[in-house]
Amino acid sequence: MPTVEMTSHLYRFFPALEQREIRVRAGSIAEVLKAVDAIAPGFSDYILDEHGALRRHVNIAINNTLVVDRSTLSDQATEDATVYIFQALSGG
Amino acid sequence: MGKLKKLPAIVEIEFADSTKHKAIRFRVKFSVKKGRAKFMSDTILLGTRKGTVIVERNSSRWQARPIVHQGIPVCYAARDPRDGTLWASLDHGHWGPKLSRSRDGGTTWEDVLSLKYPEGARHIIQYLPTPDFDPEAPAGEPQYKDATVYKIWSIAFGPATQPGRLYAGTIPGGLFVSDDGGDSWELNRPLWNHESRGGDLFKGEATSTTHWGGTPASIDYGVFEPGIHSIVIDPRNADHLYVAVSSAGILETKNGGKTWVGRNKGMRVDYLPDPEAEWGHDPHFVTACRDQPDHVWQQNHFGVYYSDNGAQSWNKVSLPDAGVHFGFPIAVDAQDGRTAWVVPARADSERMALDGGLFVARTSDGGQSWQSFRSGLPQENAYDIVFRHGLDVAGDCVCFGSTTGNVYLSEDRGEHWHCLGNHFPPVYSVRFG
Repeated sequence: MPTVEMTSHLYRFFPALEQREIRVRAGSIAEVLKAVDAIAPGFSDYILDEHGALRRHVNIAINNTLVVDRSTLSDQATEDATVYIFQALSGG
Repeated sequence: MGKLKKLPAIVEIEFADSTKHKAIRFRVKFSVKKGRAKFMSDTILLGTRKGTVIVERNSSRWQARPIVHQGIPVCYAARDPRDGTLWASLDHGHWGPKLSRSRDGGTTWEDVLSLKYPEGARHIIQYLPTPDFDPEAPAGEPQYKDATVYKIWSIAFGPATQPGRLYAGTIPGGLFVSDDGGDSWELNRPLWNHESRGGDLFKGEATSTTHWGGTPASIDYGVFEPGIHSIVIDPRNADHLYVAVSSAGILETKNGGKTWVGRNKGMRVDYLPDPEAEWGHDPHFVTACRDQPDHVWQQNHFGVYYSDNGAQSWNKVSLPDAGVHFGFPIAVDAQDGRTAWVVPARADSERMALDGGLFVARTSDGGQSWQSFRSGLPQENAYDIVFRHGLDVAGDCVCFGSTTGNVYLSEDRGEHWHCLGNHFPPVYSVRFG
């Protein structure tokens, strides 16, 4: 099952995700986020807009590779993958 | 007002909270001066670049509570006068806009997540006129975009007859309505589908050209789209509303939002070939008198406007020689529709205090004359700009906050000022609670 790691800034809004290992079923990034949302309701709203697209200043990577499909999040997270959720660096 | 003999009086009001949350108490102070009852608010809400600040009067001293929503830009914060719920519009840089509310006077807050555009909501893309902008391209064939909430720019509370009714205005120009105290929201489609912005794009192609221009306030989100920053509800008639849009103009409904008409007669856009065009106006903020709702005021990009006939027509009441012309906020007295306050600024390429001195101007005759008040305000090296939601009045109290982080309060209708703090984060909104 893929592991999900994320910026600690999100723990402020979703303390249920802190200090625990997040493992979800393998699948698309959209499915991964849905699974995280089940643990912490409202989580998706922070990551995705109303059309299910990745918010402009959010990045998701599977292992070392940023996801390509930011609109429908079809990139696949395999069983041994680690999914990272970050703020995008949008300034310096 | 009648002859009150015991003064001052402090009245504690306890709001019945329909959601069974902890009861909320607010203190309001009434006193009588020269035979005129005055209301003195004891709470001010600041929406700032770094969170929500609640400033309270304790005995005779105003004191800011520790900031909440720490580190998150709050573009608007206000108290619902019906049940005391506090609302803040969070402008998360990364996580999308959110509404946050507190039902215990600001001690705890909860996110409201459901303000979203429905499937099929689209708009015609506006283009920032950069040097490489080709005006022919979008004019020839409109390009569409699925709507996304970039910013929840304004919040308004329905009348007492509609206890759960709330309004929210967004960039890109959506009016959202809630009838359950903010738990769920619905887009007002007649306004979204208005002919002035291309018609019903839920159905398909545009049937008209959009006349809603973008606002610079949207550029932070990587777009150039319009926004609704003012929502005015007629206290006499819950179905009668105005909204103001940057940059389009003012629209009115008299049937609860089923149909909308432009109310821009008398306004001028100095930057258009036809200054009296129906659309393309840039109201910066619009408000109306509570007790005389036909007295409507606006601080426009191109001057101060006043209407005493419910926005059926507008009169420019600027006095440029006195510095009263450009600015963002405007506030009107709750009882006297002819009395209003502005915080003028240097138009429009500079957008800062005039000649380094900060002042507030007040009219009490519908804009025929203006008095400038500087007592207690810095007159040297002041470069403050006050944003459109950064000025409020409650009885004799007038308060404003600037993007320089200065907050000033007057308790005598703007004539003398004292500073509540010089080191707040940039202030986006000021509302008495």
